[in-house]
Amino acid sequence: MQIIISNHSKEPIYEQIYVQIKKHILTNEIQAGQALPSMRQLAKDLNISIITTKRAYEELEKNGFIFSIVGKGSFVSEQNNEMIRERKMQAIEEQLTAVIQNSKEIGIKLPELKELLTMLYKEDT
Amino acid sequence: MENVIELHHVNKTFKGFQIKDLSISVKKGFVTGFIGGNGVGKSTTIKMILNLLQPDSGSVSVFGLDYKKNEKEIKQRIGFVFDQNIFYEDLTLTEMKRLIKPAYKNWDDSLFHHYAEKFDLPLKKKMKTFSKGMLMKASLTFALSHHAELIIMDEPTSGLDPIFRRELLEILHDLMQDSSRTIFFSTHITTDLDRIADYITFIHNGEHVFTKEQNRIEEEYAIVKGETNLLDSDTEQEFISVRKSNHGFEALTINKQHTKKIFGDTVILEKPTLEDIMLYTKKGM
Repeated sequence: MQIIISNHSKEPIYEQIYVQIKKHILTNEIQAGQALPSMRQLAKDLNISIITTKRAYEELEKNGFIFSIVGKGSFVSEQNNEMIRERKMQAIEEQLTAVIQNSKEIGIKLPELKELLTMLYKEDT
Repeated sequence: MENVIELHHVNKTFKGFQIKDLSISVKKGFVTGFIGGNGVGKSTTIKMILNLLQPDSGSVSVFGLDYKKNEKEIKQRIGFVFDQNIFYEDLTLTEMKRLIKPAYKNWDDSLFHHYAEKFDLPLKKKMKTFSKGMLMKASLTFALSHHAELIIMDEPTSGLDPIFRRELLEILHDLMQDSSRTIFFSTHITTDLDRIADYITFIHNGEHVFTKEQNRIEEEYAIVKGETNLLDSDTEQEFISVRKSNHGFEALTINKQHTKKIFGDTVILEKPTLEDIMLYTKKGM
């Protein structure tokens, strides 16, 4: 799991860690049930204080991305609805971006694309 | 969370210097950086924590124990590192070890050799030939060789080059893999703390200014920069202290959110360094 910390960012370090681990979870790079490095190990690896990694893990836990077992460590949670939704949203955005790119390549304008989308959307139900 | 060190309303007076009503606590399992300028009472405080000095009034407890009843037990569980040379300089490391070892029930020769090797320390050379960095490493080796739960260091990085200071931080990170360990160390090289300290305890003129989680400091404090015409007797109340020049002002606020509300976009808010906080606090007192 890659985590890149900037010491000169306006974003606090715990938040940088939070955002990056969350992304790894949402993109399935680390999967449900998989163990995260211990807070102390991660602090050492990133050369930051323990309380910083602790804070990042607490935020991840609060938002349902991970869970902790005392004495065992922290693990990626089973997918909850919100996470699935967020992941789907991310997929949709990516797919739509591809659609837009394809449309632009062959000169389909936004109104025409919207019309097509509306038609397909209604057809499906 | 459990406290390893607790000082309650400690007073200590010397000629021309005083520790005043000092109450601090150090949390178990974390690293606390102890900051303050020269001569504000850091070393005196550390000496009281080690029972090398006794407070005139107030109490000091370590591991929840009192020095009056449990001095031996407490000292068994502490490893301390001073910045001065505390060795007999005509002795070698091995000879020095023979002197120190009997004092500790949990002395571990294999650990001693592990660190001596890791730090590249010669066992058979007289310690007067050691450089400052080597003496520091020797001191650390002794502190770490008896499975101490609490490591106390007084200015461990002063006079050391940046590479060794990084090495030391690495060692401290290693030690802190064990969650029952606690490190308390004083320094005025505050940049060393950014990467390791969980809590910062700040004293000034013998008084406790704050003990805070390092993360909270950047959430609460900010350096504020703006045009001098924004300042009046009201708005200046917002700051710990203000530095004015012909080109604008710079100040420290302790309540970033509130300052944001008052000044909005008319000022620049920046993350303060621990040095900034020390400097402005000193001026504001």
